[in-house]
This record gives sequence, C-alpha cells and structure tokens, in this order.
Amino acid sequence: MMNAASNPRQPYEHYHEWYEGQDRARLIAKSKEAENLFRKTGITFAVYGHEDSSEKLIPFDIIPRIISGREWRKLAQGIEQRVIALNAFLDDIYHKQEIIKAGRIPRELIERNEAFLPQMIGFKPPGGVYTHIVGTDIVRTGEDQFYVLEDNARTPSGVSYMLENRETMMQMFPELFHINKVRPVEDYPKLLRQSLASLAPPGCSGKPRVAVLTPGIFNSAYYEHAFLADMMGVELVEGSDLRVVDGKVKMRTTRGYEAIDVLYRRVDDDFLDPLTFRPDSALGIPGIMDVYRAGNITIANAPGTGISDDKAIYSYMPEIVEFYTGRKAMLENVPTWRCSEEDSLKYVLEHLSELVVKEVHGSGGYGMLVGPTASKKECAAFAEKLKARPSNYIAQPTLSLSTVPIMVNKGIAPRHVDLRPYVLVSDKVQIIPGGLTRVALKEGSLVVNSSQGGGTKDTWVLED
Amino acid sequence: MLGRTANGLYWMFRYIERAENIARLIDAGLRMALTRSGSSDEDWDGVLQSAGVREDFDAVHATLTSADAIDFLLRDRANPSSVMSCIDSARNNARMVRTALTRETWEATNECWIELKQLLSRRAKPADMPEIIDVIKRRTGLIRGAFHGTMLRDDIYNFSRIGTFIERADNTARILDVKYYVLLPAIAKVGSSLDNKQWESILRSVSAHRSYSWVYDGDYSPANIADFLILNDRMPRSLAYSYDKIVTNLGYLAKLYGENHAAHDTASSTMMLLRSRAMEDIMEQGLHEFIEEFIVHNNRLGEEISEGYRFYR
Repeated sequence: MMNAASNPRQPYEHYHEWYEGQDRARLIAKSKEAENLFRKTGITFAVYGHEDSSEKLIPFDIIPRIISGREWRKLAQGIEQRVIALNAFLDDIYHKQEIIKAGRIPRELIERNEAFLPQMIGFKPPGGVYTHIVGTDIVRTGEDQFYVLEDNARTPSGVSYMLENRETMMQMFPELFHINKVRPVEDYPKLLRQSLASLAPPGCSGKPRVAVLTPGIFNSAYYEHAFLADMMGVELVEGSDLRVVDGKVKMRTTRGYEAIDVLYRRVDDDFLDPLTFRPDSALGIPGIMDVYRAGNITIANAPGTGISDDKAIYSYMPEIVEFYTGRKAMLENVPTWRCSEEDSLKYVLEHLSELVVKEVHGSGGYGMLVGPTASKKECAAFAEKLKARPSNYIAQPTLSLSTVPIMVNKGIAPRHVDLRPYVLVSDKVQIIPGGLTRVALKEGSLVVNSSQGGGTKDTWVLED
Repeated sequence: MLGRTANGLYWMFRYIERAENIARLIDAGLRMALTRSGSSDEDWDGVLQSAGVREDFDAVHATLTSADAIDFLLRDRANPSSVMSCIDSARNNARMVRTALTRETWEATNECWIELKQLLSRRAKPADMPEIIDVIKRRTGLIRGAFHGTMLRDDIYNFSRIGTFIERADNTARILDVKYYVLLPAIAKVGSSLDNKQWESILRSVSAHRSYSWVYDGDYSPANIADFLILNDRMPRSLAYSYDKIVTNLGYLAKLYGENHAAHDTASSTMMLLRSRAMEDIMEQGLHEFIEEFIVHNNRLGEEISEGYRFYR
C-alpha cells in the first residue's frame, strides 16, 4: 500500500484516506461478519486427507488489493500475448509440430509427457480454441514488474472467489465503491456462457446447450462448479447423468434424454472417457471422445491442453511466446532450472536452501520445498528425492515478492500475494479486470495455496 | 431438469420433513413421560416403532432406556432416520441440487445444518431438550418459509412438494399403524384415563392436539381422532390432505411434460379411497388393514414416481 517514502501508493490513495478514518474495532468486527457470510453461503472447499473437517472456509481479508488502470493495461497485454501463444502452441504440437522441427523444444519433452494426448493429434477443436478458460498466476515484484508463475490452462479454479469476494466487499463497504472507481467483475458468468456458446460444435443446430460437468459434491471445488452453473443458468451435470445416445452426448432429464452441445468440464483428462483414458473412471462419459472427434460436442478446455501448462514446459514459455507471436514475451518468466539437465541439477542441489523446488506435475502447493524456510533436515530429505527422480522437478529462485496489507488483530501487516486473472478465449481474448488475489497469511510465508493456509482478497482494478 | 436433480429435491424434502416429524415424535414421547407415573420405557418403544427404527435400535442397544432412545432418535448417525442424519442427508441433497434452489432456500438449509451440528455435537441433557426440539422446529420452519417465499412454482417446486407429502403421509400412517389398537372401538368403550393420554399423545405427535378440539368441539373419540388424521382434508398432516397435494403436484407435472405415468393412476386411486369412504366404514372393515394397505400404496407411489421421472439410470 505504501511507497518507499511511506506515502500511500497512487492506487491506494483514496482507500488509505478512508482507512485512516475507520475505527479499528469496527473493521475487526467486519472481518468476523465476512466469515459468517461465507459460512452461511457455504463457500467452502474440501481439504483432502482431513476426514474430520472436510469442509473449510478460505480465510478472507477485508483490505482490497488495488491495481492502477495503467499497470493493469500493461499486464493485460502481456497475458493476452501469452494466451494467444498457448493456443498456437497447442494447435502446433497436435498438428505440424513446427516448434519441435525448429529445434526450440525437445521432442521427448512433449511426446513423453503424460499431459500430451496422442488422441488429439490431427484433431482441431471447434473454433480452433484449446484453452477456453485460463487463469494465469502472476506475481509482482516491484513497480510495473510482473512475473508469470504458472499458466493454468487446463481447469483453473477460484473464479467463484473472485466474484464472491467482490459481492462481500460491496455488501460490507458500499461507501468504498463511491470513492473508488472499481472496474466490475460480475459479468464473468455471462461472458463465460457467451464465450462457451460461441464455440458450439459443427453438429449443433439451434441454440447451443451448455452444461458444467462436475465430479460431484465431494470434490474440493464443488461449490464453484455449482456456483458457476447457477450464475450461468445452465445444468450442473455429473458423469452418471450423461451418456452417448445416437452420436450425441445427452443428459438424462425428467422427460428423457436431451443433447448437450458444449461441456465445460471440471473433470481431469484422465477421467473424461473410460473408453479412451482411465478405464476405472466413474466420473466420465464412455464414448465422449468419439462424439468429440465427430464434431458433435465442444469440450472446454480441450483434452490435452495440460501439456501447455506443464511445469517442465513452463521454462520454455519465453521461446514459445516468441516463436508464435514473433515478439519477445511482454511478461517475464521466473528463471527456472530443469533438474532433468545435469548442470541444473548440480546447481539446484548446491543451492537448495535458496530455491523453491516443485514437482513437474504437482499442484496446490503439495510436494514442494521452499528452501529458505525449510529446515536442514527437510532439505536433506528433499535432496534424496531429487536425486532419485531429477526429471520430476524444477527449481526457481524465491522472488522478492511485493506485499500488500492485511487486517490482523493489531491493525494491518504486510503479507505476500499472487494474482490470478481470468481469461476467456473464443474468437477474441477477454480478460476480466480483476482476479483472485491469494495471500500467504503466515508472516513471511510465500505459499499462498488455500490447501496450505492461504487466504484471499478482493482485487480492484481502477478505472483511470 | 436432470433426473438426478428431481431425485435430489424429492429426497431433500423427504429428509427435512422426516427430521421435523422425528422431533415431533420425541416431543410427544417426552410429554407422555412427564404426565405418567412410573416407567415410561414402554412409551419409547412406541415412539421408536412409529419412527420405524425399532429394529435398528435393537441392533445397537441391548436394553431400552428413554435416554438411549432419545439419543438414538436425535443424533445417532448409525440411525439413518435420526434428526442429525436426516439433516445431513437433506443438506447433501441440497448441495447436489444447489442450482435448483434459491439462495434463500439453500442458506436456510445450510444454516439449519450448521446450528444442529453444533447443538447435537454431544449427548443432550434432559434440561436441554425443550430448546433442542424448538431449534429443530424453528430451523426446518425457516427452510419451509424460504422455500415457499422464494421458489418459482415449476417442476422443481413440484418434486419438492411431492417428497414432502409422501414422507408426511408415510409418517402419519406409521403413527396410526403403531397405535391403531388405542383407537379400536372395542377398547374405546372402556375409556380409561390411560386411553385418553394415548389419544392425546397421538394428536400431539402430529401437532394436532389444539386444532382437534376446535374441529371436533372437544369431543374425544377414537373415530373422530382417526377421522382427523386420515380423512380430514383440512388437517395439514392427514393422509387426505397429503394426497390432495401429491395429486395436485403430479397434475402440474403431467401438464408441463405432457405425459402421464403409472404414478398418476396410483395417486388418484389412493385419493379416491380417502375421499369416498366414511370413517365408520373404515373402522367397520378394519382400521389396521386399511392403514397397512395405505402404507404399501404410498411406498409404491414413491417407486413409480422415481421410475416415471427417471430418478435413476
């Protein structure tokens, strides 16, 4: 919130002035009120492995994270460039593989990757779009300085928190929205539905029918699946509601089977079709891939998009962006050591206490080592894992992330954050002005994942 | 609407209705215990039977005590019909059909679950019972209020209502099934004070002890009590009233979907049965047999609805 001279940074000016006039006890009471609001609404997520407390709230911090319009424009351009490159990359590796032929990416890195689906080779998804919804994870290290942490091109989650956080803030502090011009985010469900419907498959006649596919009420993000379906006004379906009838994917309704044209699936590739992928999957729809290839359904995001946000591919993103857009990437990548390369592995092992080491296929902050906060014992144990399967890991330096203020009992305190803006791709790229700001609630911590005790904040992009 | 959604709504409302009915049965049981001298374990046997969980209870408990019976009915997760189990199931179903519910209905259901989970986290002390019963009634009442006040009157509403009334009819019929002997004419002639207590208990377990006096002018007789619970179509927990609602809601579905199912015939013929006969007539031919037959029909109707509207694959 403050600059080096201890004055409020420009986008925070109005907020700061307002904050100075507030009674701290009232704000702390408001924090409690927010929590009750979330609990009542049932905005919960499930933590795997905690039988007892299977539903948890993600802590919400009432101080918004504010981004100036100018900074946002720069960021949005960079994201758009990156998302366009991701789609071009996917189209290429499932067709001509120019980037491999040009020697920019090793062939085995693609073809031996679990996220690469041979079933997608030579197939063009409706509209040529692979990543309908992207949630790019970004960190800010200083004025106008952004790094992309991850591209999240398969099934980015958390957008319901972006919407509910804003809803909660407007309910609790309406006056703040009078003194700040905050760009709205609430159109997201409407835009999502339009965007999905605009990519209906060739076999669809009439108004496209959209549905959200969820693994069910025990999935950690079930609340979000139900929320999005509800806000879009489309059916929320499970695999058991669907079957392939007469070459179409249909859902079992109270009046019989009715066709679905666009499926926004929140089920992983592996589980999508037991006839094509994991045969033991009970979450998918047997035969959906045949319907897909026949042009009778759109699957969003397309199967096989995971190859583009794979952590091993990540380190090649600067090359990928340049290869497909002809320009240098506007957003920077965090320098990344691929432990599969001998020199890199050596460096990583020697500098373990300074680095963050992640599993190539991991997510949610599991299975990672944060060197600077890990004990010697933890580092040593991790080194063994690293040596046993080097190609399973990448390492990155810990960036000096910028901090934003959060509300604590004593007042406000700085914490590290990241930012996940949401991007919709159809015949155009739409970036919602805002996103999910995740905050590491523990002092000094760099891990923002909700499964590891992170919280969220409302994210404001100002109109200026 | 998805068949699974119709199924979820139907069961969500069956479970809410059941939770409320179980609370009412416990309330009547507690009342009986207060107004009689000596042991009341026998009364709890009747309550467990009316709740349809006597066998389940015996599977977990060697002997019957009132404290165990109350705990079993209130919060034992081993009992799928305990109040807590019902509210759990209702909320799980509500979560599943979240997109079919208004925010108000969902939040009322979620808050009911949050409060009861807290309230029933440990064995209830006798002194806490009035408050607990009160919270259950109030919370389920709030769900009903939110539902009626905010839901669109479409098929979502119809499936929810059908669930409510199939459960309610089942519950009232079960109470009669267990206590029919108190209402038999032969015993009625004896007219002991114990019978009076039993009659009042029956009325109390369907929250009708006040309204009964108004409708029948304070005239307590087995035939009148049976009439009130079975044939009176203005009494909201009677079989006739429940079937009136079931038939109406099934009728809306038939109109909306343009098709009839076996369920429509079954519901209509059961309603005719309740409309065309006088109480004396039913008593004459055997109250117990009538009730048993009704329960069979009611269960069949539930199955036919789930089949007709493709609740399952």
